Amino acid sequence: MHITVLSFTMLIALGSFFAGFLGALTGLCGGVVIVPLLTLVFGVDIRYAIGASLVSVIATSSGAAAAYVREGYSNIRIGMFLEIATTIGAIVGAYIATKISPGAIGIVFGAVLIYSAFLSGRKQPEHRISDTPDRLALSLRLNGAYPTPQGLEPYTVDNVPAGFSLMFGAGILSGLLGIGSGAVKVLAMDQAMKIPFKVSTTTSNFMIGVTAAASAGLYLSRGYIDPALTMPVMLGVLAGSLTGARILVKAGTRTLRMVFAVVILALAVEMIYNGAAGRL
Amino acid sequence: MDDKKTQAIIGSLLRTGVFASAAVVAIGACLLLARNGHSSHTYHIFRGEPAELRTLGGIAHAARRGEPGGIIQLGLLLLIATPVARVLFSAFAFAFEHDWMYVLITLIVLSVLLYSLLST
Repeated sequence: MHITVLSFTMLIALGSFFAGFLGALTGLCGGVVIVPLLTLVFGVDIRYAIGASLVSVIATSSGAAAAYVREGYSNIRIGMFLEIATTIGAIVGAYIATKISPGAIGIVFGAVLIYSAFLSGRKQPEHRISDTPDRLALSLRLNGAYPTPQGLEPYTVDNVPAGFSLMFGAGILSGLLGIGSGAVKVLAMDQAMKIPFKVSTTTSNFMIGVTAAASAGLYLSRGYIDPALTMPVMLGVLAGSLTGARILVKAGTRTLRMVFAVVILALAVEMIYNGAAGRL
Repeated sequence: MDDKKTQAIIGSLLRTGVFASAAVVAIGACLLLARNGHSSHTYHIFRGEPAELRTLGGIAHAARRGEPGGIIQLGLLLLIATPVARVLFSAFAFAFEHDWMYVLITLIVLSVLLYSLLST
């Protein structure tokens, strides 16, 4: 079958627009569906797909972070400190990517997709103020306050070493799979460090661009970033997420999240199957 | 310079970087589709990009000659540079607050980023 570059580009831009749109609407990382979309639906080689996804992740996270930073939710000190772990992890991940087969990358990708689908069905955890503040958090001045309708609310940060190690893992996955690893970042910041939900999601968003930039340079020099393929993905995802962020749907978000979770689960099974069968 | 002002500057820095890069990529996209729109694609076979589209010098050269692929890569480089510029700005902002521990932390992150970028 011969599809021209023009129609192929339009189809990819449309698919990427929907991925970005759904990602922004549901608050899930739309980035995780880009690689399965490109490889499973469009038959693109997984290395090109990862390169294109990585670049689009920088675009959407920087675009969203621009808005959040101004609102004062993101904690720049937490972000900066944890970026040491995520950027070094990202370089390690980009290095691992050259050592393992595309099939193995597909299987790891599938596992991360299953975990992301599981997370999307979960409730937001409550936050509390710890009685025994973490000493590292104190000396690194990570504790802060965030705006609520009742005024600024202070919070403390727990388990800094555990959070830092998990962030190193999030960086590895980002560099290996070309994703933002939002799911692992949530695990590190919500579950381990006990940061309030609004602060952890916006700070994690703030960090994703820097993490992805750390491995993007290596992907570029390896020839994984194809201009003709990356162009519709980046522009499509960016336009989709900006549109999604503008539309406020209160009703139906839960149903949408469930549908999206099922789609992610189906993609996960197919990624693992194709990876194991050596078809990626 | 207080935290609020720093955050406002970081916000507009990120926004400007993303939109400038999207504009450059879109220009390259139009040129590319006008020139190669009707040929068939081969993304299912991995060949790796030619040398001129994977190094900083090569991309600058190709973009100056008006090659669509080079212009798109230049836009993507601009995008990759946006978070790097944010980190660089943070280093100055922390230095302005005399927060030397965070200047150090920021410089560590910056050197990791530059290691990756300069290896291209």
